[in-house]
Amino acid sequence: MIANYGYKDGSGEYYISIDTDKCIDCAADRACLTACPKHMFEIITDDYDDEVAWVKKECTRALAYDCAGCKPAGGYTSLPCTTACTPGAIKHSW
Amino acid sequence: MNAEVAAATAAPEKKEFWRWQENTWFDETKNWKDAKIITCGIDVGSVSSQAVLVCDGELYGYNSMRTGNNSPDSAKNALQGIMDKIGMKLEDINYVVGTGYGRVNVPFAHKAITEIACHARGANYMGGNQVRTILDMGGQDCKAIHCDEKGKVTNFLMNDKCAAGTGRGMEVISDLMQIPIAELGPRSFDVETEPEAVSSICVVFAKSEALGLLKAGYTKNMVIAAYCQAMAERVVSLLERIGVEEGFFITGGIAKNPGVVKRIERLLGIKQVETKIDSQIAGALGAALFGYTLMQKQAAK
Amino acid sequence: MITAGIDMGSRSVKVVLLEEIKVEGAKEPSFAVKKAHLMMPGDLDADQAAEAAFSAALAEAGVSRDQVKSIFATGAGRGQVGFANEGVTEMTAGARGAVFMYPQARTVVDVGAEEGRGIKTDPDGKAIDFAGNEKCAAGAGSFAEAMSRALQLSLKEFGEASLRSDKSIPMNAQCTVFAESEVVSLIHSSTPKEDIAKAVLDAVASRVCAMVRRVGIEGNVVLIGGMGHNPGFVQSLKSAMDVDQVLLPEMPEFVSAIGCALIAAERQH
Repeated sequence: MIANYGYKDGSGEYYISIDTDKCIDCAADRACLTACPKHMFEIITDDYDDEVAWVKKECTRALAYDCAGCKPAGGYTSLPCTTACTPGAIKHSW
Repeated sequence: MNAEVAAATAAPEKKEFWRWQENTWFDETKNWKDAKIITCGIDVGSVSSQAVLVCDGELYGYNSMRTGNNSPDSAKNALQGIMDKIGMKLEDINYVVGTGYGRVNVPFAHKAITEIACHARGANYMGGNQVRTILDMGGQDCKAIHCDEKGKVTNFLMNDKCAAGTGRGMEVISDLMQIPIAELGPRSFDVETEPEAVSSICVVFAKSEALGLLKAGYTKNMVIAAYCQAMAERVVSLLERIGVEEGFFITGGIAKNPGVVKRIERLLGIKQVETKIDSQIAGALGAALFGYTLMQKQAAK
Repeated sequence: MITAGIDMGSRSVKVVLLEEIKVEGAKEPSFAVKKAHLMMPGDLDADQAAEAAFSAALAEAGVSRDQVKSIFATGAGRGQVGFANEGVTEMTAGARGAVFMYPQARTVVDVGAEEGRGIKTDPDGKAIDFAGNEKCAAGAGSFAEAMSRALQLSLKEFGEASLRSDKSIPMNAQCTVFAESEVVSLIHSSTPKEDIAKAVLDAVASRVCAMVRRVGIEGNVVLIGGMGHNPGFVQSLKSAMDVDQVLLPEMPEFVSAIGCALIAAERQH
């Protein structure tokens, strides 16, 4: 399952998507939990009883603001969360 | 200033144009007392709450009403509304699943399941197993879901950050135009030429844009059409993110607004799967069906 | 020489008449604001509003139309000013105006009624980089305005009330429309008005601050735009940006119009 957390508003589209099939049995030892400086990720049991990471509810409405710190004005090449997630389950839409 | 602008900018009347109909239904051809397993799904949304009863895996009855200030009470009232009609008591129900934004506040629920999974499951029942793409537009959020033939979610997104593309956005326009919400859809087609969508995504800005359009000589119906088109365009962009496939099903209050639905169909180039069941109960129905599956699993053990 | 800058904001039209003053022996010319005029367009169309505001400014200053050498327009509706010689973006005008007021300013925060933006500027007042939130009311003045209405306070009282609170209540809603219902439920739960006011202004400030972070916070920060009149917001912005000082011009809403008139004058040379 591809789970998209985030939103689209007047200023743009901001989604973090997590491919749960790559996230179950994490090969990176849940590195996303500590990689994100804002600690936005959390492990939950989803509706199909799989243990996967998600973006905490309270963070999903402010991604454009909360992720700004990892996306400096000078342009970025890699994000802490996507870099830490070696199975490649985490993606940013913007 | 013309009369329509004057009316729209005048002090708001106390009339509640956004208010929609509450309703209750049950299958009179059946008797719940004949059922082996009775499960219940309760969807406590930000605006409306639904209680659905499922007898042996089949829809039996439901009640849909406006959510009050207090989630536990809303859950109880929604269920009481249907139980009173059919002479059922809480003890008669084998399993209760809560869903929706207030799902953790259903004190008598055995389990809570997210509305994403429940809507997919409910749509799978209502529209059959050809349903793949589901749009749920509720009072305070908009969900786009892609599912498989079993109603299991394969891709989803939920937008509850921004009021644009939610029922709330529609309510704001209904209030601004002083037109009851149920009339917005039909009125939006009562125009000589189809106007372009309002350009502002943000509801706050769309409001001022709408006033500007009235000033520029648009009729109320044209403004409503322009707003419905904007809603449709926005929803389609959300759907495209998760992938649109044939078997398109719409749930939630917005399904009752043809002004938005027909425009979404036009943009996507596909028709929605029709159903006779009230679109607003999809989440609660899915929850009750999850409950039924869980009961079956328990019985098998 | 007199030049004019017209800022066609989403809510109001600002006109500034700028006079160039020759100082004996000085290499660079000096400029002084001759007249600043603000007008709410009400029912007028943008082009009519611009004309009316400009005429009013001229009349108040006792200046005739042909004394004005050049007219530049800025703001979202700058294209509607038919009599303007040229248009410049809000970023260009804002940066130029801010550096004119405070030569040491390098980061310009511009928060108006419907738009908020962060601008990075060079010492000449040339915009180098910017980030904005156009098209979303959260993170702009109208958010605060809508909430002050819900609290039945004037914008001024709203800002002052916020200063009396030392609580930090986080706002969950990001959208102005949803936040309104959140504020209503805070009112119902008898939360003091000053705490709600601070919560709202903190929320706007944190959004604005995140935008400014995208261009980077460097050197001295100056706040321009109508929200500069809100002392509570200034306080919230200071703590959100984690800076000791936010430079605040006397007439923050006119800074872009000043920048615009200044650019008009400089292009004459």
